[in-house]
Amino acid sequence: MSTLIISGSPHIHTDQSVQKIMMGVIYALIPAFLVSIYFFGLDALLLTVVSVASCMLFEYLIQKYLIKGEITITDGSAVITGILLAFNVPSNLPIWIIIIGAFVSIGIAKMAFGGLGKNIFNPALVGRVFLLLSFPVQMTSWPVPRPLFMPQLTDAVTGPTALGILKEGLGAGKSLEELLPQLPTYVNDLMGNQGGSLGEVSAIALLIGAAYLFYKKIITWHIPVAYLGSAFIFAAILHLINPSLYITPFFHLITGGMILGVFYMATDMVSSPMSPRGMLIFGFGCGIITMLIRIWGSYPEGVSFAILLMNAVTPLINRGFKPARFG
Amino acid sequence: MIYAVISLCAIGIISAVILYFVAQKFKVIEDPRIDEVNEVLPGANCGGCGFAGCRNFAESTVKAGNLEGFFCPVGGNTTMAQVAAILGLQAVEKAPMVAVVRCSGSRANAPSKYRFDGPATCFFAHQLFSGESGCPYGCLGLGDCVAACKFDAMYMDPETGLPVIIEENCTACGACVTACPRSIIELRNKGPKGKRIFVSCVNKEKGAIARKNCAVACIGCGKCVKVCPHDAITMENNLAYIDFAKCKLCRKCVPECPTNAILEINFPLKKEKVAGAESKPEAVEV
Amino acid sequence: MLKTFKLGGVHPAENKISSHQAIREIALPKRVFIPVSQHLGAPSKAIVQNGEVVKTGQLIARGESFISSHIHSPVSGKVFKVDEVIDISGYRKQAIIIDVEGDDWVETIDRSDEIKWEVLLSPKEIVDKINLMGIVGMGGATFPSHVKLMVPEGKTIDTLIINGVECEPYLTSDHRLMLERGEEVLIGAFILMKALRADRVIIGIEQNKPDAIAHLTNLCDKFPGFSVQALKVKYPQGGEKQLIKALMNREVPSGKLPFEVSCVVHNVGTAFAVYEAVQKNKPLIERVVTVTGKSLKEPSNFLVRIGTPISTLIEQAGGVPENTGKILSGGPMMGKALVSYDTPVVKGMSGIVLLPDQESVRVRVQNCIRCARCISACPMGLEPYLLAQLVAAEEYESAEKERVMDCIECGSCHYTCPSGRPLLDYIRVGKIKVGQIIRNRGKK
Repeated sequence: MSTLIISGSPHIHTDQSVQKIMMGVIYALIPAFLVSIYFFGLDALLLTVVSVASCMLFEYLIQKYLIKGEITITDGSAVITGILLAFNVPSNLPIWIIIIGAFVSIGIAKMAFGGLGKNIFNPALVGRVFLLLSFPVQMTSWPVPRPLFMPQLTDAVTGPTALGILKEGLGAGKSLEELLPQLPTYVNDLMGNQGGSLGEVSAIALLIGAAYLFYKKIITWHIPVAYLGSAFIFAAILHLINPSLYITPFFHLITGGMILGVFYMATDMVSSPMSPRGMLIFGFGCGIITMLIRIWGSYPEGVSFAILLMNAVTPLINRGFKPARFG
Repeated sequence: MIYAVISLCAIGIISAVILYFVAQKFKVIEDPRIDEVNEVLPGANCGGCGFAGCRNFAESTVKAGNLEGFFCPVGGNTTMAQVAAILGLQAVEKAPMVAVVRCSGSRANAPSKYRFDGPATCFFAHQLFSGESGCPYGCLGLGDCVAACKFDAMYMDPETGLPVIIEENCTACGACVTACPRSIIELRNKGPKGKRIFVSCVNKEKGAIARKNCAVACIGCGKCVKVCPHDAITMENNLAYIDFAKCKLCRKCVPECPTNAILEINFPLKKEKVAGAESKPEAVEV
Repeated sequence: MLKTFKLGGVHPAENKISSHQAIREIALPKRVFIPVSQHLGAPSKAIVQNGEVVKTGQLIARGESFISSHIHSPVSGKVFKVDEVIDISGYRKQAIIIDVEGDDWVETIDRSDEIKWEVLLSPKEIVDKINLMGIVGMGGATFPSHVKLMVPEGKTIDTLIINGVECEPYLTSDHRLMLERGEEVLIGAFILMKALRADRVIIGIEQNKPDAIAHLTNLCDKFPGFSVQALKVKYPQGGEKQLIKALMNREVPSGKLPFEVSCVVHNVGTAFAVYEAVQKNKPLIERVVTVTGKSLKEPSNFLVRIGTPISTLIEQAGGVPENTGKILSGGPMMGKALVSYDTPVVKGMSGIVLLPDQESVRVRVQNCIRCARCISACPMGLEPYLLAQLVAAEEYESAEKERVMDCIECGSCHYTCPSGRPLLDYIRVGKIKVGQIIRNRGKK
């Protein structure tokens, strides 16, 4: 007979673990990853691999030599940060820039706060915004998608994103009717045949992954619904007021980093609120800020900033919006 | 440009004036002796005196007007003499004390029968069961006392699994005494040159049962009570206790104990040592 | 749509491996150990001397305060001595040790198998009888039953709920009892209803026991005002507050008793014991105990006398498996890990679960990833991660404001935590500490 073990109840445990949750997110990102390889070729593959590898390496080095603590690179969170960081940059980004991004993501946004679970901001987004501000040229020259095994229709190497076309055109005083033909069709938006960061182009692939996340109960409906809902309503109201100046809300939902941000980054467990009501507030805030930046801000895209801003108020939301108590 | 400089300066000056008047209006007039007393206190805010930090102690002493019942265990008699000098009062002298761990249930003496799996706090383990060794009175070895110590005066000995008190750091603030869910730690007289004798066991079970779990348990045989010439040892609930106020450190009880439960500390080494090395987990740190 | 409670809850693997094993009686042990504290409240006072000869069913320890319970001898024989033995608390507690000789019952006890339908006693007499026979809550909380029947001044009870949920994994004793002693359980419920002057009885049973639901629904025809309600399988539905919410959609306010919402909940085991006490004059001296475990040869349901060492039961179920890492009294969610195979069976012990060693060790603790699973699992709507954090930081006042005292210790938070954080362990510490603070406040 072995020595009896004594511990407090409960004595059984769910088969869920941090690793399994992280692996679930990684699986969910695979369709979008494949689409990006299809449209952007080996650049996308290389960039993602380097990003993941450098995130894991930085985490390892910091834990081993700076913190001198437990090494946790196998929990999968650094892998996700690496993938999301790569997904948020153009596929022709020089390799050395993404390595800097990985360092900022892991070193500054995650480990400096105490590692997994302690960070206030989504690490991948911090890395992305850091790169956007530091290397604006490289970060905003979007390669034109060149589907594998397809004849090339254009000689252009880089082109603007849909949101970029819109912002620049409206800024130059053109009307929406003039701009519409230049924008990618909805089919291309959904499939991913458009300019943009390598992981954000295909709404369909991202939605397939999101469906998997819901099926595995890794994310709940609160943040995505509140986020998409508030952004949609906001854009719809403006569109109804002046259809010639404000584009239809559907366009906003499937372009830019919206789907990627809503399902994969706003729902990041660590940096989002914990009670259902808090999640709704969080999603609502993200949606409104995103639309404010897209429509009136100087950047064509606002998802990253919106999520980071709401990340900053998450502790307040957690304090202010408690779950419904029993009794 | 010039307007910006001027307006900033103006805002600065106006704010300064407002602040000055507000500070005057809301000035708190305080007995200056409170600051003086606070100055001589150790400033560790350990709460060993029974007050919420040093400042609170200083305020209370000034307010009370006498030093009856006030004692800073950390600063000891020197500090209290200084406090008394500031306040023009008579300090109450106290003999220096030190914390003592009254359990020798080391891994060797009281081997583990069960495995505890949970957060490493004695308080929780105490709620759950009698402890890995099976002794319901003995040290659980999870270090609540060490965590409570603010003076780096304790550490867990990895070999014995028991806490060790570093005598020169111990200020007898009593934090460990309250932290221990089993009241194993006691504040005792430091004794001349640190010499002291105590029963290193708090087990109140019957001798046979206590012995089953631990080789060095007090079995309540009463031999020490009989041999003590100063009536310093009492026996209650199968457990001997040495009253440090009465103990004259004659050491007659030490060799008498059949389980080596009585420890002598800081005595010069003698040719025939009775207590074996094993039963002396409280090795003295010098 | 099956009924269930709204907030939180988890669904651990059910593992009801002994559900098809009929209740078996086992031979009397040679010696029984009867702890004097088997119930919530003050320990009873032993009233027998060493060497005294006692009969089965004779009073041997008297509950002397309001919340306490009498204890009767479960066997006949000679009192060996009153000594301390290790009980389920993991500590040595006072117990009466009796050497078994024959099985000589007190004459007033009706030992026939005949079912007695007619309830002759008045409500007041029923409460007294239940007190006299030492009946306590058999679901595990062991709260003296007669206290739960004393409706406070100004409150009325409309519904008596009989708890046949048995939401704990592994346990099947209530299930078997409902199947095999359905009539007695319902008569017991009728007696309780009469004592409470309630109008109706609802028996809540989880859907994973369709045979019990069918059986009791059939029998309910004979009892006006009785109904059986099938419930969705979800832990901790057997919790008093959760069951009232599920069946009645009433919420017991924080810090209040079910009286507040005109309900009283009793376990099926208690109903059975009440039947035997009131109709057969038989004190609480035996109970059904599930002995189970994945590695155990014959998981079984036993009818055993109180005080029997659990080693006897495990022996009857095929012996202790080689790989046993933990013995639990009760289910794996709320049960207590035992330190000894000699622990005696007590009134509140619904089962003994033997966990194999690889399942006994907790998973590695990792950082909290703020996934909020503990929040969505908490049936009381608390934030376990926050409570654990506050307790670890010794901020007990804040923990009290976050309603740490509302915790029912169901363990759903720790069960569901992907980082394996011992949330409930910390919350328990918090409850004890905050309890002390509240009591001290009361003194001032």
